[in-house]
Formats: sequence, structure tokens, C-alpha cells
Amino acid sequence: MITLTIDGIKVQAEEGETILQAAKRAGIRIPTLCYLEGLSPRGACRLCLVEIRNWGGRLVPSCATPVQEGLEVVANSPRLRELRRTILEMIFAERNHICAFCVSNGHCELQDLAMELGMDHVRFPYRWPLLFVDLSHEKYGIDHNRCVLCGRCVRACSEVEGAMTWGFSNRGIFTLVEADLGDPWGKSTTCTGCGKCVQACPTGALFEKGKATSEQVKKPEIILEVTERRPRV
Amino acid sequence: MGVAEKVRELVRPYRGKPTELIQALHRVQSVLGWLPREAQEAVAEVLGVPASQVRGVVTFYHFFRTKPAGKHTIRVCLGTACHVRGGERVLNAICDELEVKPGETSVDGKFSVEVVRCLGCCGLAPVMMIDEEVYGRLDPTKARRIVREFS
Repeated sequence: MITLTIDGIKVQAEEGETILQAAKRAGIRIPTLCYLEGLSPRGACRLCLVEIRNWGGRLVPSCATPVQEGLEVVANSPRLRELRRTILEMIFAERNHICAFCVSNGHCELQDLAMELGMDHVRFPYRWPLLFVDLSHEKYGIDHNRCVLCGRCVRACSEVEGAMTWGFSNRGIFTLVEADLGDPWGKSTTCTGCGKCVQACPTGALFEKGKATSEQVKKPEIILEVTERRPRV
Repeated sequence: MGVAEKVRELVRPYRGKPTELIQALHRVQSVLGWLPREAQEAVAEVLGVPASQVRGVVTFYHFFRTKPAGKHTIRVCLGTACHVRGGERVLNAICDELEVKPGETSVDGKFSVEVVRCLGCCGLAPVMMIDEEVYGRLDPTKARRIVREFS
């Protein structure tokens, strides 16, 4: 067992566990977006940043940092709150995240985070690129304007379903989640139509067809349920 | 021989080796000049890599082309020295002359325009290369003339 302190509380953790897992068990809340239980951690969104006192105040993503003996972790502080809020502002400024017209309004992790962290305005100019909406799939749709590039759909597709349909194309601000060789989703030869990507998606980027504003409720917890049901090798 | 068979032949040494993806794509592009859809599919199949990952790599690196290259390649330098001496204006003039954006090929298929970072002759800034030939001390007018008169 490894002992570390998080926000002054002594926490015990198994070797190989992450700071996030240890904090969760100790009842300490760390906001996350790209992290989803049942999927490999990616450290992409940086919302789960924590400060390590004995590493000279270095900031590390708690979802992807293993626990170490004697770590003094700061998980919540005015500095971290400000950093996390700034990251959220940048995500909101990058694409179209106007909640009022979104299928996931009221059931959106991005929206929840904004409320939790008190992000009441955005200090960056909105970019609002005009991205397309792919409705070619029989059951689901993808609206790239709502996508935060967390990669949960990509990981659910490869790690849980094993279809490896989704991937990232291009780079930087031009990055898109696309199927196979950039084909319309409905034309994909590898997609099984399982819908795990839709359930894993934290925003309204992936949705079930026929859902109107505010009607899309997601069940991201099914990813963990499915993986836990698998026999351990 | 179709494109797919040709590509399968080319990447045979990388069969079943997903880690050799970039090498395989390099090899295919060095022969075909670009990476058409059928080539990407064939590479995915032979190496055992998901199509989505092939696409990810092909679109991530500017080196890989998903559209055929023109007969000649214009490389406009936007490295530090060329940037300071007006490389962007040269680039804009060329793009305007050929009605393309950087990375694209003119409608007649004659020129592809690429942006590069330093051609190693900063003393001639701003510079561009057409195929293997270097053109230095450019300005927008001069660049337009060179492109127009190039045969």
C-alpha cells in the first residue's frame, strides 16, 4: 500500500492506481472530462490537473499519474479552480457549444462542469468554425460542432467494442473524429452500430437520431459495466 | 496492374507489421506521388492496421498527399529569414496567380504549391524552389513572373 495526502487528507492506495482513483475513493472530487471509467486514461482535456507540492508545485493530470509514496497532492485550490475554468473557456470558445439548441442540454458533462466551476463567461473570442453534421448513419448522428475531441468515442470503439471505426483525422484546431478513411458514418464497413460511442460522448456531439433539444440522455456508465462483465485473463 | 495490387506488392515487406505504417506510406507515396484511397485501403489491409488509423497518420503529417501532385512542385519558404523578408507576400502572390491554397494543385495540374520551413539558403531570402531549382531574392511581382513564364 502507498500512502499519500490529497488536500491534507491521508489516503491509502494500491500501487499502480492513479491519483484520480485514490482521490475518488477518499471522497475528494476532481473534475474530469476526457476520463471515463472503463477506458484507458488519455490526459487530453487537462481538467483533472492537480498540483504536486513536493514536485515544486508541478501540475499533472491526475487521471494519468500513478500514486507515489509520500506525494502531497493539492486537488482543489483557487489556483486550480482558475486554471480549470480557463481550460473550460477555451473548450467553449473552440466550437459551437450553445446549450439552448443542443440535444444534450441538461444532460451534458461539459455544461455540468461549467456550472460546477462557475464558468459564467468566456474571455476568449468564439471561433465557431462551420463544421458539418453527419446524419448518414441509420441510428445515430455526429455533430462536429459540439465535439470537444476528448476521444472517449474513439477509445470506446477500439478498447471496448474492438471495431476501431473512429479515429482522429487532421490535427490541431482542424482535428475531427471520423470513421474509417473519412467516410460518412453510414458508409462505414467496420461500424457495428453498437452505439457505445454515443453513450460515451460527454456532449451532444454524438446522439441518437430522433432526439430533439434536451432529450438526449447519455449512459456513459455502460462502458464500465461492459468492461467489468468481461472475464479477467 | 491496378493501384491496389501495385501497393500490395510495394508494402509486402511490412506485412503484419502495424508499427511500420509510416514507412509503408512513405514507400507508396514515393512511387505513386500521392496516397489515393485504394492505396490507403491496401496499406491498412496488408499491415493489419485499422483504416481509421491509416487516415489519422495520412492526414496528420503534411508530407503525405491525399490529392495527386502537380507536374511541378513549388516550395515557398516561410522560415525565419524568409518570413522577415516577406515570404508570405510571395506565397500569396503565387497562390493568387495559380488560384490555389497552400498544399493544393492548380486546376491544370501543372503546379503544386507547398509551404516549407527553410530551404537552407537564407542569404537569398525570400526564396522558393520549383522542383530542384532555387529562386531567391523574390518579391511578389518577380515570383508571379517566374511562375507565369515557367515551362
